[in-house]
Amino acid sequence: MRKADIACGVVLLVLGGVLLWESVKLRIGWGLNGPQAGFFPFWLAAGLVLCSAIIVVQAFLNRSPAAEKPYIQEGGLVPVLKVALPAFGMVALTQAFGLYPAAAIYLALYMRWIGKHRWATTLAVSLALPVASYFVFDKWFLIPMPKGHWTWISNLY
Amino acid sequence: MEAFGNLMMGFQIALTPYNLLIATAGIFLGTIIGVLPGLGGANGVAILLPITFAMPPTSAIILLSCIYWGALFGGAITSILFNIPGEPWSVATTFDGHPMAKQGRGGEALTAAFTSSFFGAAFAIVLVTFFAPLIAEFSLKFGPPEFLGIQMLTFSAFVGLGGGSVPKTLVSIFIGFLMATVGMDIISGQLRLNFGTIELMRGFNFVVAVIGLFGIGEILLTVEEGLSLKGIQAKVTWRTITSTLKELTQYWRTFIRSAVIGSWMGIKPGGATPASFMSYGFAKRLSKTPEKFGKGAIEGVVAPETAAHAAGVSALLPMITLGIPGSPTAAVMLGGLLIWGLQPGPMLFKEKPEFVWGLIASMYTGNVIGVLIVLLFVPFFAAILRIPFAILFPSIVFVCAIGAYAVNNSTLDIWYMMIFGVMGYVFKKLDYPIAPMVLALVLGDLAETALRQSLIMSQGSPKIFFASPISATLVVASILLVIWPSISRYLGRTAQH
Repeated sequence: MRKADIACGVVLLVLGGVLLWESVKLRIGWGLNGPQAGFFPFWLAAGLVLCSAIIVVQAFLNRSPAAEKPYIQEGGLVPVLKVALPAFGMVALTQAFGLYPAAAIYLALYMRWIGKHRWATTLAVSLALPVASYFVFDKWFLIPMPKGHWTWISNLY
Repeated sequence: MEAFGNLMMGFQIALTPYNLLIATAGIFLGTIIGVLPGLGGANGVAILLPITFAMPPTSAIILLSCIYWGALFGGAITSILFNIPGEPWSVATTFDGHPMAKQGRGGEALTAAFTSSFFGAAFAIVLVTFFAPLIAEFSLKFGPPEFLGIQMLTFSAFVGLGGGSVPKTLVSIFIGFLMATVGMDIISGQLRLNFGTIELMRGFNFVVAVIGLFGIGEILLTVEEGLSLKGIQAKVTWRTITSTLKELTQYWRTFIRSAVIGSWMGIKPGGATPASFMSYGFAKRLSKTPEKFGKGAIEGVVAPETAAHAAGVSALLPMITLGIPGSPTAAVMLGGLLIWGLQPGPMLFKEKPEFVWGLIASMYTGNVIGVLIVLLFVPFFAAILRIPFAILFPSIVFVCAIGAYAVNNSTLDIWYMMIFGVMGYVFKKLDYPIAPMVLALVLGDLAETALRQSLIMSQGSPKIFFASPISATLVVASILLVIWPSISRYLGRTAQH
């Protein structure tokens, strides 16, 4: 937990530094319209740098048993990755095929691979849900969902 | 009596068949959202925000606020039957609600929870009805320095009363504000912090952030904890309802006390969770049988539920009167107002009375409909959690993706949603509070405008924040709130020696 705290604090510190630099480039002084564009972000970034520095120092000094607990529960990482990675995969597929086909593949893969559901249930759910959403959003509410890079796929439906 | 006439006008709007249908649909959807892990009031409202774009604003706000009430009711179902608090403010409900369900008194616990929610909400709505016009009238005198003062007070309440680490809360606020500054500068029109990319020119949309931080982040957390859903069956029959209602009458003191605590705490941001714990604590301390608490005392369900629901309602009070939301869900609704082309704040009462009073009247109708629906459909809502998680989780991710995309019709937003999800997961684990970040992101532009306008008015002198008594009070109060934790710790230490 302590290491994760320090790592996160350092990332925030760097982020704050970059934003500080960017705001200075925008000019932080007094212009024709009062405070210039960089004024507000500059002070926010300054606050971010200060606070994340405090967090890092606090984490270094923290020797309590709670801080020594691992960041991720034992056996917790695999299930998290099993959810997160396919979800990222779905977004990538959306870019190529459109949201509905991507969601069908994602649902089917997840149900079969992780849920160990029977093929019949897997296919039924992974087809029914995107089809139902298609009628609700694209047809009923007229909110078209992304169709992807290869439009010939979305032209099929 | 002007308020009464306005309220009647509001009822004429809220009671049209279309708006009643919208309210019922909203409550139904909201309860489902409240029951599902990973979906709660804030991101439920965020996901459904795009479908309201084509509606008249009054119906749209009725739909969103009813989803909010539904989510509050849904949280009680999961806490009692599954021992899973769907929302942080239902944690206290699990203390006694779940033991009651284990003893076969699930129906009783649910009836008590719904009745308390209804009472808490009704109490707070009456307060909103009478105080909202007064506060709006008062705040008409506010200029930019006063609005900045209110904003400062809002965020310092998170720092001072949030109970978490002060630097982490501040980091969360700063990041929220910084994300709001990305893109076009509202005053000079200059592009900011986009690192030369077109992608960042639009800035970050708060709806996408809410869906990612609360939805995806929450799912990742749930998965890590290896959620096992072992629910207890409960049926609510007319007999349980009538007998429970009879039993509840003897706890009228708890009802009123909790409703007052809830309404008061709810006005401040992030107030619902401390309100539910406070009211539970008070109920236990003042009870004749404190030893029964934690083992299935019906009062232990009444107290937190009444307070949480009262707080949920009163969180809307600063939103409609001042344009400052009291909770993440209210923040999303405020964002909705901006999208529908309404300017939240005191002028809303003057310019769009039918909107404001339609919303207030719909709080009455929505909660009546809500309590009826949840009582009738408890088994249905409980059955949702029995869906295998391998179907539930990917479906929720899919629905979140739809919501994130629909805000701006941009696939990039789905990527942002996932990144926000990972960020929400990391931040939650490291105890960075997320609610202030969302509020800062929503309020960022308003806060920056208020700050810069004030400084323009005073030609750059910060003394303007102390020039009027109202803004001086607000600024001093917010500074006190921020340093209060350290003062109280110091006093506590000296008292020990």
